[in-house]
Amino acid sequence: MSAAATEAAQATFRQPSILPGFGLTFGFTTFFLSALVLLPLAALVLMAGSMDWHSFIHTITSPRALGSYRLSFGASLLAATINLVFGFIIAWTLVRYEFPGRKLIDALIDMPFALPTAVSGIALTSVFAANGWIGQYLEPFGIKVAYTWIGVTVALTLISMPFMVRTVQPALEEVQKDLEDAAETLGAGRFYIFRRIILPTVLPAMLTGFTLAFARAVGEYGSVIFIAGNLPMKTEITPLLIVIKLEEFDYKGAAALGVVMLAISFCMLLAINLLQAWGRRRLTGVGR
Amino acid sequence: MAGQAITLHDELASRPGHDTWLTRILRRMFILVSLSFLAALLFAPLATVFATALGKGVEAYFASFNDPDTRSAIRLTLTAVAVVVPLNTLFGLAAAWAIGKFEFRGKSFLITLIDLPLAVSPVISGMIYVLMFGLQGWFGAWLQEHDISIIFALPGIILATMFVTFPYVARELIPLMQQLGNDEEEAAITLGANGWTTFFRVTLPKVRWGLVYGIILCNARAMGEFGAVSVVSGHIRGLTNTMPLHIEILYNEYNFVGAFAVASLLTLLAVATLIVKTLIERTGYKRH
Repeated sequence: MSAAATEAAQATFRQPSILPGFGLTFGFTTFFLSALVLLPLAALVLMAGSMDWHSFIHTITSPRALGSYRLSFGASLLAATINLVFGFIIAWTLVRYEFPGRKLIDALIDMPFALPTAVSGIALTSVFAANGWIGQYLEPFGIKVAYTWIGVTVALTLISMPFMVRTVQPALEEVQKDLEDAAETLGAGRFYIFRRIILPTVLPAMLTGFTLAFARAVGEYGSVIFIAGNLPMKTEITPLLIVIKLEEFDYKGAAALGVVMLAISFCMLLAINLLQAWGRRRLTGVGR
Repeated sequence: MAGQAITLHDELASRPGHDTWLTRILRRMFILVSLSFLAALLFAPLATVFATALGKGVEAYFASFNDPDTRSAIRLTLTAVAVVVPLNTLFGLAAAWAIGKFEFRGKSFLITLIDLPLAVSPVISGMIYVLMFGLQGWFGAWLQEHDISIIFALPGIILATMFVTFPYVARELIPLMQQLGNDEEEAAITLGANGWTTFFRVTLPKVRWGLVYGIILCNARAMGEFGAVSVVSGHIRGLTNTMPLHIEILYNEYNFVGAFAVASLLTLLAVATLIVKTLIERTGYKRH
C-alpha cells in the first residue's frame, strides 16, 4: 500500500485519503498564512528593493547602523556564550541532581518565555541600576550594568536562557547511563567520561541551543530598550534604530535595515535546521 | 528520571575506589551555580516587580488601577486578545488537520513558513504592517482617501499581535496530530460519521491538552507583546496603549508604582500560564 501511495504522491499533489476536509483546511491555512505573513513580508522586501542600490548600501553601512550591528551581534553572541556555559550547568543540575525545589525551578525556567519583555526590561533595570538590589554591590567596583552594553547582555542572557536549557535538557536525558557505568568500571575518570561520552551526545543540542538563543537575542527589543540607555553608536540596538527610522517616516531606511535582519534570521533558521539534522544523524549513528 | 539519578549516585558512591567527595562537591557546586545564576537574573527581577508595586503600600497599589488610562490599556489588551486568540486557534486547528492528517508535497516547507514569525524580530513583525498600511506605505494613500485607519489604531494592534502569536497553536497541534495517526478518524468515517462529527467527537478529545497548551502560550504572548505592537500603536494614551506599552509610558514618567502595578498583573498572568502548562505536562502531554 505504502509503495503505491508513494507513487501516487509522486504523480499527484497529495496522497488519497478517505478523510474529508483537506481542501477546506489547506485552503484556509494557505490563505491565512499568505495574507498575514507572506504578503506583508514581501511588502518589506519590495520596499527595500524600491531603493536604488547606492542608497541601500549607504543606509545599511552608515556608521550608526554599523554601531548598532556591533552591539546587537556582539551582545547576542556574548549572551549565547554565557548561556552555553550556564545553560548547560542548569540543564545538568535539573537532569542529574535531586534537591528540594527542583520541580519548581524546572517550571520557572520557562518564565522568560511567558513573561512580557517589557516586564523583564523594567525589572532587570531596577535590579541592576546603581541603587538596585544587585547594582549597588557592583557600583563600588566601578561596574555599571544598567544603561551600558553590559546591561544589554544581561537582558539578552535572561530572555535567551530557556532556549539553551530546554534544548540541552532532553539531550542530557538521552545520555546512556550504562555507557557511563561501563566506562567507569573500565577505569575511566569522570572528566574522561564527560569528554568522551556525555559531550559528544549533547554537543549537537548545545550548538542548536546556542543558535536558537543567538537568533532570539538578535531580534529582541522590549527587554533591551529599558536597560540599554539607547545612545546612538554606543547602546543602540539595531531593532531600536529601525523603530527610530519608522518614527521619522523613513520607511525605506527602516525596510533596508529590516531586510538585513531578515537575511540574518534566515541564515540562523537554516543553521538550526542543519544542526538538528546533524544531531539526529549523530544520535542514530551512535546507536540506541 | 530523578530517582534514577539518585540510585546511580549512591551506587557510584558505594563503589570501591571511587572518590565520593569529588562527586559531592561537584553536585553542590553545580546546584549553587545554577541557583545563583537564576537568582540574579530571574528571581530578583520577579521579586522586584512585586516589591516596587507594593512599595508605597497596598492602597497605592490598588489606587493605580483607578487611573482611567490604565483601565483603558487593560481593556484594549483584552479586546485585542479576544480577537487574536480565537482566530489563531482556528488557524492552528485547520493547519494541523491539513498537515497532520494528509500527505502532500511541500509539507515541510509549509511548516517552515508557519514557524517563520518566531524567527522574525518583533520590531520587523510590526514594521511590515506599517509598510503596508502606514501613511507612506503601499496602501497608505488609498486608506486615507477612504478614511480607514489601521496603523495607530486597533486593527494594526490586532494584526501585529496576530503575526507574533500566529504559530503557537499550530506548532503544538501539528506534531501531536501526526503522532496520533489517522486510524480512529478513518474508522469513524468508514462507519458513516461525517467530517465535522469525526472532528468534534474523535479528533478534538484526543488533542485537547495540546490545544489548551497552545492556546495558553498564544494568550500569554498576545497579552505581553511589546515590540511589534509598539511599532504599530502610535502610543496614544487611553486609546492605542496596550498594557505593556502603558508600562513603558508610566515607567518613563517615573511613576514606578503604577508601572510595576501593571507589570505585576502581567507577571501573575505569566505565573498562571506556567502553572497551567505544568499541570498539562503532568497529564502526560509532553513537549519533547
